[in-house]
Amino acid sequence: MKQFYTLLFSLIFLISCSNNNSEVIDYNDNKISDGGILINAMSAEPSNLISMIAGDGASSAIASKIFNSLIRYDENLNFTDDIAESWEISDDQKTITFNIKKGLKWEDGMPLTSSDVYFTWKLITDPKTRTPYGSDYTIVSEVEIPDEHTFIVTYEDNYAPALDTWASLEILPKHILKDEDINSTFFSRNPTGSNYYKLGDWVSGQQVNLIKNENGILGAPFINKLTSRIIPDTSSQFLELSAGNIDLMNINPIQFKRVFPAKPKLKNKTSLYKEMGNGYTYLGFNLKRKPFNNKKIRQAINYAINKQEVIKGVLLGLGEPISSPYKPGTRWNNPSLKPYAYDPEKALDLLKEAGYEMSSENYLTKDGKILEFEIITNQNKQREMTAVLIQRRLKEIGIKVTIRVIEWASFVNRFIKTGNFDVVVLGWSLSLDPDQFNIWHSSQQGPGQFNFVGYENKKVDMLLEEGRRELDLDKREKIYHEFSKYLLEDSPIVYLYAGYGLTAVNKRIKGIKSPAPPAGIYHNSYDWYIPKSLRRNELSDK
Amino acid sequence: MIKYLIKRILWMIPMLIGISLISFFIMHLAPGDITSSEASFNPKASEESRQKLRELYNLDKPVIVQYGLWLKRIVSLDFGNSFASHQRPVLWQTKDKNGNIIKGLIQESLPITLLINLIGIFLIFSISIILGTISAVKQNSIVDRSITFFIFVAFAIPGFWLALLLMYWTGVMNQWLPISGLHSLDYKSFSQVGQFFDLLKHLILPVSISMLSGLAGISLYVRNGMLDVLHQDFITTARSKGLKEKNIIFTHALKNAILPLITIIGLSIPGLIGGSVIAESIFAIPGMGKLFYDSVLMRDFPVIMGILTIGSVLTLIGTLIADIGYAWADPRIRKGLVK
Repeated sequence: MKQFYTLLFSLIFLISCSNNNSEVIDYNDNKISDGGILINAMSAEPSNLISMIAGDGASSAIASKIFNSLIRYDENLNFTDDIAESWEISDDQKTITFNIKKGLKWEDGMPLTSSDVYFTWKLITDPKTRTPYGSDYTIVSEVEIPDEHTFIVTYEDNYAPALDTWASLEILPKHILKDEDINSTFFSRNPTGSNYYKLGDWVSGQQVNLIKNENGILGAPFINKLTSRIIPDTSSQFLELSAGNIDLMNINPIQFKRVFPAKPKLKNKTSLYKEMGNGYTYLGFNLKRKPFNNKKIRQAINYAINKQEVIKGVLLGLGEPISSPYKPGTRWNNPSLKPYAYDPEKALDLLKEAGYEMSSENYLTKDGKILEFEIITNQNKQREMTAVLIQRRLKEIGIKVTIRVIEWASFVNRFIKTGNFDVVVLGWSLSLDPDQFNIWHSSQQGPGQFNFVGYENKKVDMLLEEGRRELDLDKREKIYHEFSKYLLEDSPIVYLYAGYGLTAVNKRIKGIKSPAPPAGIYHNSYDWYIPKSLRRNELSDK
Repeated sequence: MIKYLIKRILWMIPMLIGISLISFFIMHLAPGDITSSEASFNPKASEESRQKLRELYNLDKPVIVQYGLWLKRIVSLDFGNSFASHQRPVLWQTKDKNGNIIKGLIQESLPITLLINLIGIFLIFSISIILGTISAVKQNSIVDRSITFFIFVAFAIPGFWLALLLMYWTGVMNQWLPISGLHSLDYKSFSQVGQFFDLLKHLILPVSISMLSGLAGISLYVRNGMLDVLHQDFITTARSKGLKEKNIIFTHALKNAILPLITIIGLSIPGLIGGSVIAESIFAIPGMGKLFYDSVLMRDFPVIMGILTIGSVLTLIGTLIADIGYAWADPRIRKGLVK
């Protein structure tokens, strides 16, 4: 045994080069200059760099650095130029004309013109393309490209989310893909793009390297190379960050609140950023089932849940309560709405109004039946903890709650699609476009559709239809403020929290905006830079 | 003997069909398909588009028809293309019409898993044989007790926990070893030898962790086998002949004691292609465990079936090799077969 250990350790010492860096790093060096490598950690490998087919977060994170859309969101989440320098909406609001910038080039030097945009639209609407996102583009009734710099789309009916759909469609090069099968092309692992970065190399399962694209249509970035290492486990990511081997990772509330403050050395070389996240968590009722078809019961449960407590317990305070399905601080969020306060007495009053009485066993009963239900959620630690906190608060006012946790695909197919649930804890994204037709319109209740809670309100249906047709932003804002009011009042779901996105970045990376603007810290990642003295010296930055 | 072999090999065909049929149906018993992944739970992805995808992947057909389609392909050794990874081949690389090589998923994940497992099994068996023999020879002594204690502690410690501690100690506190991954970022600029040592350096922790839990079983096997043999008559005879204790143990006893290990080695052949999801996630190693786990979560049926088929072929071959190896090593069994 002893020999074995001696052997093992001598082996360890033999082949490990001890690079203890004792040099002092001055993080106040701030000179902007070109060059350097940023290494970040990703939890999953991109499946494919053609976003319309991939659909996973890792793929779109990489693809968005390689491709451009017609337009994009700026730091305050307003539309701004990308491939198109400007766009006009016709008076009848049915036609949008995009004016494409002149002299744009793909990374291989070929010109990028309206025919590429047309080609991409053709691709995503082709029934043979394996994309789940086609429906937003098939409703375009007419597409014209009168010249190389104009792209005109016409809709049968006004379609307000149109601009958002054009901001999310990444334009692909026609000259490379015109004879390829988009579903299996090698292009998905070896793309040619137009944005700040291009693919350097991709080591399967390990890392994706992006290098500066000098032909980038928005200019060139400062940092020469972005390396994304694929490290599925967040604890390992954290160790790599501690050792200085990676520069950037997403962290969880415990790391943000407890781990970093407890490690002064690590805290010294890392900056922590906090921004409004992209989603919210809710408790959704099955409105088709008794007693949740009764608004008073839903409101009572809403009053009985202490959202602040959930935020404190689950997110360690790193989140916000919300009162509409939009990002706080953006124009779609109705600032006059307030979340349901924690008020158990009011909850009890409402339940008594609905005919419930306290039984001798401290449970609310009506016609001899206890008020009880099951909360179902998928395997997600935060959602599980949320359900437990809710269970406890509801027990206090006499509601019996059981919890069931299920793997995602089973959860969706056995419970959501079939409508076979009482109450769920789930999340929705805080979408950038305010259109929520697919989630709340009464026509969207079929199996596999997204109004699975079964919400029906004629007034809301009307507003959602109206909001889809209105392209004037101010009028649209009014419509969705009104919609949010009804949604809050009817309480088909209980808004629980919108968590913050948390990122830890090595201090060698400069140029990150703090506090983060509504679009988050990444929106200006092209302006980030690494001062010369802070760069890694062990790697050649070619 | 040859007749026996041919019979065994022919038997594998109906066995394989049976195994694949059962796997295929069990896989389809789990609710959901590729269109119900968490990423596609997105209001922008309409139900009609998802239905269209299901049709493109033949998922709308009855399970038995899908099985037929799969079997038809597999007969010509075509494992099909992955649903989730952009139509990449499941098993082996193909060339597209421009001459680009598109690598297979198993082809990319298998070598590293094999390497780790081969080194792991080699170390497990060599260390176990040493530990087991010492324990048996010094039965009930303090040495025996402490070895047993040590291997059970190693068996009981959660691997992921020990892995994180070791990573912290050897990677963060002291920068001796890389923390995760298989290569350094700039490994492509190294020489061949440099690349090899770079890989080796990255493998020290994963292999040690994967080895620890295996020690307990095998070394106890050796210990018990050895104890059995040491109490047999021919050992007593050898002792009474005045042979040296060293000779008795290494030439006579050990050979007999490790016979049963041949079966275990044979049976561990299918295990060679399986990786541990947890270890692979922690060490960021793109191996078979992670590939299989992700495929199950994504309901990527061609990949799941590909891995299961290869696994069952290897299991059958493994048992065959074990039997043959046993017959080769033990004359008693060999005689029985010929009869």
